[in-house]
Amino acid sequence: MSAETSRPPKFRLGDHVRVDDREPLGHCRAPHFIRGRTGTVVTIQGAFRDPERLAYHRPGLPALTLYKVRFDQCVLWPDYSGPERDRLELDIYENWLEPAPTT
Amino acid sequence: MHDHHDHDHDHPFQPDHDAGPATPYEVLELALRELLIEKGILTNAEIAGHIDKMATRNAALGAKVVARAWLDPAFKRHLVDDTRAALMSMDIDIGDLAEYRVVENTPDVHNVIVCTLCSCYPKLLLGYPPSWYKSVTYRSRTVREPRAVLKEFGVDVPDSTEVRVHDSTADLRYIVLPMRPSGTEGWSEEQLATTVSRDSMIGTALPKPA
Repeated sequence: MSAETSRPPKFRLGDHVRVDDREPLGHCRAPHFIRGRTGTVVTIQGAFRDPERLAYHRPGLPALTLYKVRFDQCVLWPDYSGPERDRLELDIYENWLEPAPTT
Repeated sequence: MHDHHDHDHDHPFQPDHDAGPATPYEVLELALRELLIEKGILTNAEIAGHIDKMATRNAALGAKVVARAWLDPAFKRHLVDDTRAALMSMDIDIGDLAEYRVVENTPDVHNVIVCTLCSCYPKLLLGYPPSWYKSVTYRSRTVREPRAVLKEFGVDVPDSTEVRVHDSTADLRYIVLPMRPSGTEGWSEEQLATTVSRDSMIGTALPKPA
């Protein structure tokens, strides 16, 4: 549920972000296939309690900003056979995101 | 051919799937349920009634919402921009377990929903998810090769239309607002709702043609 957060969102619409590739212990909501990959913030979904803490009956506060991040399928999968316009979007918590490295 | 009446060979025995000892979670559930009933917090009838209510829920409510969106452009905008509030305006309270988000199909974008991590699903609008939605096959293939999966469902999306896959990785449940089928001019909300299948709100089908 959308909840209070003491911190303003770290990212803005259009920001390029990279999903961390850490291997957490226990519950997490960042699928393996997206870790280490770079996408674009398309929606700021609001602030939610951290599910990695809620799963163990912790309050999960301060709430984390949740972002909808868009990935290009052709970049994500080496053998993707669909057109370049195809996208995959995931909702990712702020503590899994960092600014994308500038090449 | 020998006489089978004196059996001296065994037939393979297939036990009933629920004939074994209870699992630890089944024991825990039973103990908790009995305790809640004993303490007067819940009654057996309330529990059974709620199970029945959930089991009989189907996609009719979702279809009604889609039909209304087709008829009312302002409601459609509201539904996409603030799904919770728009549903509330139809007296549909989604409660506090999750947020709902409606994504709109257009000639440029075809949306399809999946939950790779588990089986998150907008049950309040669509009822229980079908087995295929919860299968490892659907959950792993849809993010990877959505067009092939859609084709197997009978949906052929042209390359000029983006296929946009939404993986419900957080507490947001997605519903697809399909495009209104042609030939439905002048139809009422009730008639329009009959074209909206559950699968068209997941993205694995198109609404039934008029």
